[in-house]
Amino acid sequence: MNFDFSEDVEAMRVAVRGLLADRFPRGAVRRQVDAGQGFDRDFLRSLGEMGWLGVAIPEAFGGSAMGYEPLCMIAEELGASLAPVPVASTLYLGAEALLSFGSEEQKRALLPRVVAGDLVIAAAVAEGSGDPAEAALATLFVDGRVTGKKLPVIDGDIADMFVVVVRLEGGESSLVLVEAGADHISRTTLDTLDLVRGAVRLTLDGAVAEPLPGARGWQAVAHWLDRAAALLAFEQVGGAQAALDMATAFARERYAFGRAIGSFQAIKHKLADVYVATELARSNAFYGAWALDTDADDLAIAAAAARVAATDAFSLAARENIQTHGGMGFTWESDCHLYYRRARELALMVGGPRYWRRRLVSQLDMAAGG
Amino acid sequence: MDFSDTPEEAVFRGEARAFLDAHMARKGTTDARLPSRAMRREDVAASKAWQAIKAANGFAGILWPSAYGGREGTLMEHIIFHQEEERYAVPASVFNQGVGMAMPTVMTYGTPEHLARYPRPALFGEEIWCQLFSEPSAGSDLGGLRTRAVREGDCWVVDGQKIWTSNAHFADFGMLVTRTDPSVTKHAGLTFFILDMRAPGVEVRPIKQISGTSNFCEVFLSGVRISDSCRLGEVGQGWKVALTMLANERFTVGKAEGPDFEEIFALVRAIELDGRRAVEDSAVQERLADWYVRSKGLELTRLRAQTALSRGKAPGPENSIGKLVSAAKLQEIATFGIDLLGMAGAVTDRTVAPMEARFQDALLYAPGKRIAGGTDEILRNIIAERVLGLPADVRVDKSIPFNQIPSGLR
Repeated sequence: MNFDFSEDVEAMRVAVRGLLADRFPRGAVRRQVDAGQGFDRDFLRSLGEMGWLGVAIPEAFGGSAMGYEPLCMIAEELGASLAPVPVASTLYLGAEALLSFGSEEQKRALLPRVVAGDLVIAAAVAEGSGDPAEAALATLFVDGRVTGKKLPVIDGDIADMFVVVVRLEGGESSLVLVEAGADHISRTTLDTLDLVRGAVRLTLDGAVAEPLPGARGWQAVAHWLDRAAALLAFEQVGGAQAALDMATAFARERYAFGRAIGSFQAIKHKLADVYVATELARSNAFYGAWALDTDADDLAIAAAAARVAATDAFSLAARENIQTHGGMGFTWESDCHLYYRRARELALMVGGPRYWRRRLVSQLDMAAGG
Repeated sequence: MDFSDTPEEAVFRGEARAFLDAHMARKGTTDARLPSRAMRREDVAASKAWQAIKAANGFAGILWPSAYGGREGTLMEHIIFHQEEERYAVPASVFNQGVGMAMPTVMTYGTPEHLARYPRPALFGEEIWCQLFSEPSAGSDLGGLRTRAVREGDCWVVDGQKIWTSNAHFADFGMLVTRTDPSVTKHAGLTFFILDMRAPGVEVRPIKQISGTSNFCEVFLSGVRISDSCRLGEVGQGWKVALTMLANERFTVGKAEGPDFEEIFALVRAIELDGRRAVEDSAVQERLADWYVRSKGLELTRLRAQTALSRGKAPGPENSIGKLVSAAKLQEIATFGIDLLGMAGAVTDRTVAPMEARFQDALLYAPGKRIAGGTDEILRNIIAERVLGLPADVRVDKSIPFNQIPSGLR
């Protein structure tokens, strides 16, 4: 039985955490927001230089082919640190789309740039309110050009390239690549809950696009989202753990009624529940990591379970972190809101809770014989 | 990550399977054991016979020293054997308290005479042990127990009442914690004994639970004389001995019985709501997804704990989450399974209620699961204090003599 990260991955975690803590200590993300600074391309490149963006990418395309375990660990650390880097968009969605559906030529041209931190990719899935659904897909790809409106496109403000979910002439769903600098594209920055990860409205009015040849049908799109969800679950677990750590530390230090508030059962039981939810989410996320690494038959079930548990855990941890901090937690400077905001942003990226609960149960039902 | 055994573990698992195949049939698809049914004489006889076979073949005391008939195996082997045993239709055991908890405690504190007398018959299924800890006014607050033991020469005279004792009516011996000095602080005045359950003055009565069934007993102790040679540990050391016994509980392996995700999933795949399969109803899906991730999450958390063990770490208080999560989930699933049936959900008749009324049965034993073996509240305290490192609660009774602690049930 070996159901945990390997010692190599744990050793790598020390380095990842060290760099993130150094560059984004507590408060740094908020100060960046205050100063109106956002994405720092050099920081993304420095992650590339460390080799961390290519851990799950084959050597032929510039990666180190270490597998998904290290990528999951990196996701967990990024989730905890809230560092403003578009790794979720670029790797879990962008690189995964290229790996699953791209031609050899597309992979050769683009993946090395991803690995180096030179290319930011954003996924254009949603078209306004509603969860991912084939019936709602209105963006069309005809004669090499794509027309439609995508909203919101997370990290769309800093993206160099978009992976766009489209409908083909015959009605089939697929994915295409669109260069951010192409003609007939406009993007409008939107205000969003998450102050660190921006989003845009992307308007495509006959923009030149390149199909990802392997992406055929809605099942392929759903499968792509499954893989991203398994990875996002680790960001969520990392965020939940960070919020729990914050609340626990505060409960030990804050005194009221002559004693540390963490000695009150009302606080203890609340934080124990957060701990339990986070551990169950972590266990489900591990199974998702294993399923990614082995391309398991039950990947869809594993990913949906990881997603459901992680969304619930982060939501609970983030809101109870504010509650544990009391009035202090409601202030801008407490930083509690950054997790509270991120919890929702992550809960909705690649489809909301309802989509994933339904996906989990319908996949289980299918596996049991329909 | 991988889920496979090491070569050594695989060899042991093969041996365990060969042994089990030779003696027991595999279970059907669902567990036939109904926890709502009380143990009967014939169940006890079957449990004793199975225990004897396991002991004779080296599978009873996997963690035990060989001097008492044990295997001196590893914790992984202990876990593997129980994983395998769960797949077979073996009799419900009356030896968990004795072999898993009482005897390791005897081995820690016992005299040479105790060690020569007790462990072997317990392991070989000849003698049954029970745990005499809880009292009507000392449950979660075990340290507040009131059963008195007063010294008279070479003997102690015991008066009091114990409650929630499993198997007391079949037990040969009890692990008894008493108060020997009420004039000192609560935890300092306790002393531990081995009680012969057939001694004069010991009276065992079944407790009628909310379901009407009796799975536990009350034990009344009236002028019971216990020889000082049956004392386990020093006078005043009873709390420490009791904690040792409870600490061994974390080595117990096993899944909480009762309807879990599989059962509620089978039910919603079998019935219709508003003219379509219940599994397609979005309100049903919401709840199902929740139970699946908790059920699967617990199973996977156990695998993580096993991984930690095989990497040389000791089992810790993290394991408290198992019962906390499964008991509450059981109660939710039972309630939902009944509610799905509409008005017919209230029918407990086994010929009418689906799946032999498992959900209705569970509704009436789930509340006990949330209390027995550490209440939800105590388990949350354990997680908060020992895992998260939050400070202990203020204890108003901690530093004053026991006989000056206010109580509503004196």
